[in-house]
Amino acid sequence: MSDFFSTLLDEFPQVRSGLWVTVEATVLGSLLALLLSFALGLAAGSRLLLVRGVSRTVVEFFRGTSLYIQLFWLYYAMPQLTGYELTPMLCGVVAFGLNYGAYGSEIVRGAINSVPRAQYEAAVALNMTPFHRMRKVILPQAWVQMIPSFTNLLIQLLKCTPLLWLISAADLMTVIQQIRDRTGESLTAYLTLLAAYFVLAYALTLLMNMLERTAKRRLGLHTGAGSLLRTRSAEPATTAGGAR
Amino acid sequence: MNTFDWDAVGDAFPLLLEGFRVTLLATVLGTLVAAVLGLAIAVAGRAPSRFVTVPVKAVMEFIRSTPLLVQLVGAAAVFSSVEPLTIGIAVLGIHYATYTSEVYRAGIDGVPKGQWEACRALSMSPRRTWQAVILPQAVRNVLPALGNYAVSMFKETPFLAVITVQEMVFEARKYGADHFAYTEAFTLAGLVFLVASYPTSLLMRKLEKRLGH
Repeated sequence: MSDFFSTLLDEFPQVRSGLWVTVEATVLGSLLALLLSFALGLAAGSRLLLVRGVSRTVVEFFRGTSLYIQLFWLYYAMPQLTGYELTPMLCGVVAFGLNYGAYGSEIVRGAINSVPRAQYEAAVALNMTPFHRMRKVILPQAWVQMIPSFTNLLIQLLKCTPLLWLISAADLMTVIQQIRDRTGESLTAYLTLLAAYFVLAYALTLLMNMLERTAKRRLGLHTGAGSLLRTRSAEPATTAGGAR
Repeated sequence: MNTFDWDAVGDAFPLLLEGFRVTLLATVLGTLVAAVLGLAIAVAGRAPSRFVTVPVKAVMEFIRSTPLLVQLVGAAAVFSSVEPLTIGIAVLGIHYATYTSEVYRAGIDGVPKGQWEACRALSMSPRRTWQAVILPQAVRNVLPALGNYAVSMFKETPFLAVITVQEMVFEARKYGADHFAYTEAFTLAGLVFLVASYPTSLLMRKLEKRLGH
């Protein structure tokens, strides 16, 4: 028991850099996913059939083929096909971004659709341009509804980052496993690793709760401070990778 | 730089199909475990004593917020004498049970309160209340959601390759390494996932509409 933790302390700089790789992949991957969510989600509501069709196809493609395959395709197949090699970290960020962006686009689409119809009509009646209407009326209301689902998606993304270990990026899982190999204490090592991910997930949830509170306040909805502490993954996640 | 080799596709296909059988087996058995265990957790979560509900909730929260891959690799390392496929099915099943239990919980909450009261008025035993009145109504509503989790479990079975279960992606990786044909092997594997999961998703969506969600 103590053997593992003393090695962990000795190797602290390495552990920290592994943690950094994990956090970096999560943050960059989710930023790309957020960008794609909005691009694909807004395109899905377009009046043009072509734009809608392209969005649907991209979304179904990235949701239908497993993330694992997409990551491996980028890492192993891309260099073979194009002669162009991405770094492991970049592979991870692109794969996470594309996959979760596809799931996220459904969240954006659903939230925009759930804004009451009368809000559109009022904005039209006030002669707002489509851009103005989206920016000032629809999105602020849809955004509040998106945040809880995005939180679930973010946690899912974090939970996929150990895949980086498989494409030899030195993430947290890689580092802890190296220490395990040296000390031979599997149970302690993996429990520590799981606990680390749990803490990361909870930290992300707290951040997203704060974001939700701010977004709600902008709409004049005030929530108590107690709402900041609640966990979010407890909601039945329609975004867990299911069909919706 | 090389081009896409169609011969390799034909060559790899039977191997991948062999692996696909294991993929399906893991998905079906994993879903069964998740469906049964999830129900058990949901019922346990409604126990009157907090000594039962609080630990159950804490453990579920923990399993849900931590990566499946770490759980798999960890379980395989700790129970190194157990067969990898068994470990894979158990871990997949337990991981997804924490999600399905929430689905069941919502389904059980959806049963009108009057049904419970009627059972008490008829002085039914708790067991009979669950069996004859609550569960039949709850389970019907949650079937589409369970199906969705089955689809997403299907897409996560490639994780099992890491603990040396010889499912489809395991075979694809092996073929890719042996023949230096990663492009063909992974493209094919991806297509198999797409072809298998997209119709199932459509079916689930239809079922969901039919049941009025």
